Amino acid sequence: MNLAITITKKEIKSYFSSPSAYIVLVIFLLLSGWFFASPLFINNQANLRTLFGIIPLLYLFFIPAITMGLISREKNNGTMELLATLPIKNSQIIMGKFWASIILIGVGLLLTLIHFITIMMLGTNIDFGAIFCGYIGLLFMGAVYSSIGIFASSITSNQIVSLIISFFIIFFFFIIRFFLFFVPDFMVGIFQFISIDYHFSNISRGVIDTRNIIYFVSLIVLFLKLAQISLENRNWK
Amino acid sequence: MIRIQNLTKDYGLVRAVDHVNFEINEGEILGFLGPNGAGKTTTLRMITCFLSPTSGSIEIENMNIKNKQLEIKRLIGYLPEHNPLYVDMTVYDYLKFIADIRKIPNFGHRIKEVIKQCGLNGVVHKSINTLSKGYKQRVGFAQAILHDPKILILDEPTSGLDPNQIVEIRELIKELGKKKTLIISSHILQEVQAVCDRIVIINEGKIVADGSTEELQSAFNNKTKLKLELIANKDEITAIVDNIKEIALLSISPLKEKTFSVEIEFDSTNDKRAEIFNFIKSKEWTLLEMYRENVSLEAVFRNLTIEGGKR
Repeated sequence: MNLAITITKKEIKSYFSSPSAYIVLVIFLLLSGWFFASPLFINNQANLRTLFGIIPLLYLFFIPAITMGLISREKNNGTMELLATLPIKNSQIIMGKFWASIILIGVGLLLTLIHFITIMMLGTNIDFGAIFCGYIGLLFMGAVYSSIGIFASSITSNQIVSLIISFFIIFFFFIIRFFLFFVPDFMVGIFQFISIDYHFSNISRGVIDTRNIIYFVSLIVLFLKLAQISLENRNWK
Repeated sequence: MIRIQNLTKDYGLVRAVDHVNFEINEGEILGFLGPNGAGKTTTLRMITCFLSPTSGSIEIENMNIKNKQLEIKRLIGYLPEHNPLYVDMTVYDYLKFIADIRKIPNFGHRIKEVIKQCGLNGVVHKSINTLSKGYKQRVGFAQAILHDPKILILDEPTSGLDPNQIVEIRELIKELGKKKTLIISSHILQEVQAVCDRIVIINEGKIVADGSTEELQSAFNNKTKLKLELIANKDEITAIVDNIKEIALLSISPLKEKTFSVEIEFDSTNDKRAEIFNFIKSKEWTLLEMYRENVSLEAVFRNLTIEGGKR
């Protein structure tokens, strides 16, 4: 069995053996449910657009919270020494933890399918393709954010510091679209390309473009690689 | 066989380990001794591939830690200082996790064996954070020996345990040492003296002594100290020095009326105990107690490490 899966299993167990995962999931569902349901009858449209609008905002808090401890806690407890002296590669440790966070995000998204069921029962003429693509986009976005969270967790042994760092990096990718008005024309394209929302909105409209996928995948690879480098430069004591 | 050459480690401006050289042969039990902060843990962390050396080399079974880390990690069982554990797991889950990562074939059988060997029978399905410190230490041991490693490295395995637990852990170490190359770090002498074949003393990142227990004792301490308790006339006691050659009277202190505690020192090579006893008999004093103070290795350790500190 691949060692990354062993790490994933351990992290999943650890998520669900403490109340933290449940609390985070419940809050995630409560907020997304409330923001989805309250304007539903005002809009009078059978789609999940409000949900897809609110989840990226919730991610901003949800994902740093679930990734903050993944590596920093191991450093703080000294178990990193244990893990680092076992015959396992740093890349496998990082990948294992990455998959664990993806699975938890996946569980969160899966639970929001309740809203999809509501829509199905209420509306006609539902664009299943757009909803499917929206979920794919959310999953990719979650994966990018958790790679950022894992990187932040790898550079400190303090969970709160990790939380703050990952929040601000994610916030940067999240907020950049609002600055498009203030940048000179020739730079708009670059800023737009950096903005995660630009790529997500393409996908959630139902267009899966390789450019968007490449954007997501390259960010994931970049931050996971950075996390791996930070583990390898183990000069902290 | 572990060969360490010119090993150096800097933390910023602080040199934690300074050009350390030594070798450990197969099947040897090596005590790695030094005061706190001497560089013991740093050295062990480099051997276990947790930290990378600033310069110098470590070769284990002819594999260099620079390019054969995974292979080396497979050979080594390591109990880190302070024994870090995943405290939210049960003992069984924890050992299963280690077995999965180490890819131990037939792990169910092996885990049972190790649980029996480490005396963990009663706590297998308890969560680790509910265990006492002694049991946690045993779980750490179980983790380290699970894959039956050729080389076992224990960083202060008995620190923080009560005397009964220390004796138990020592028994365990002795048993394990029969088949393995063992490195035990400690700042407690008796521990190392009790189980090790060879002792390396490190101070301020440098090796200050290397040899068997007896070698170190004879090389650095050639005086024997004798303590006597006797009933005699105080004025006459000093006569011992006049009557027996080559001994020194260190102190006379009264305990009760006419009862004195006396310390005498002489060269270890030249045993004077019989002469002293005969002298006391001739004076018709009453000898209540006579014993050799056997702390010589402690003295060696103190000499080596305190001198180093003053330098």
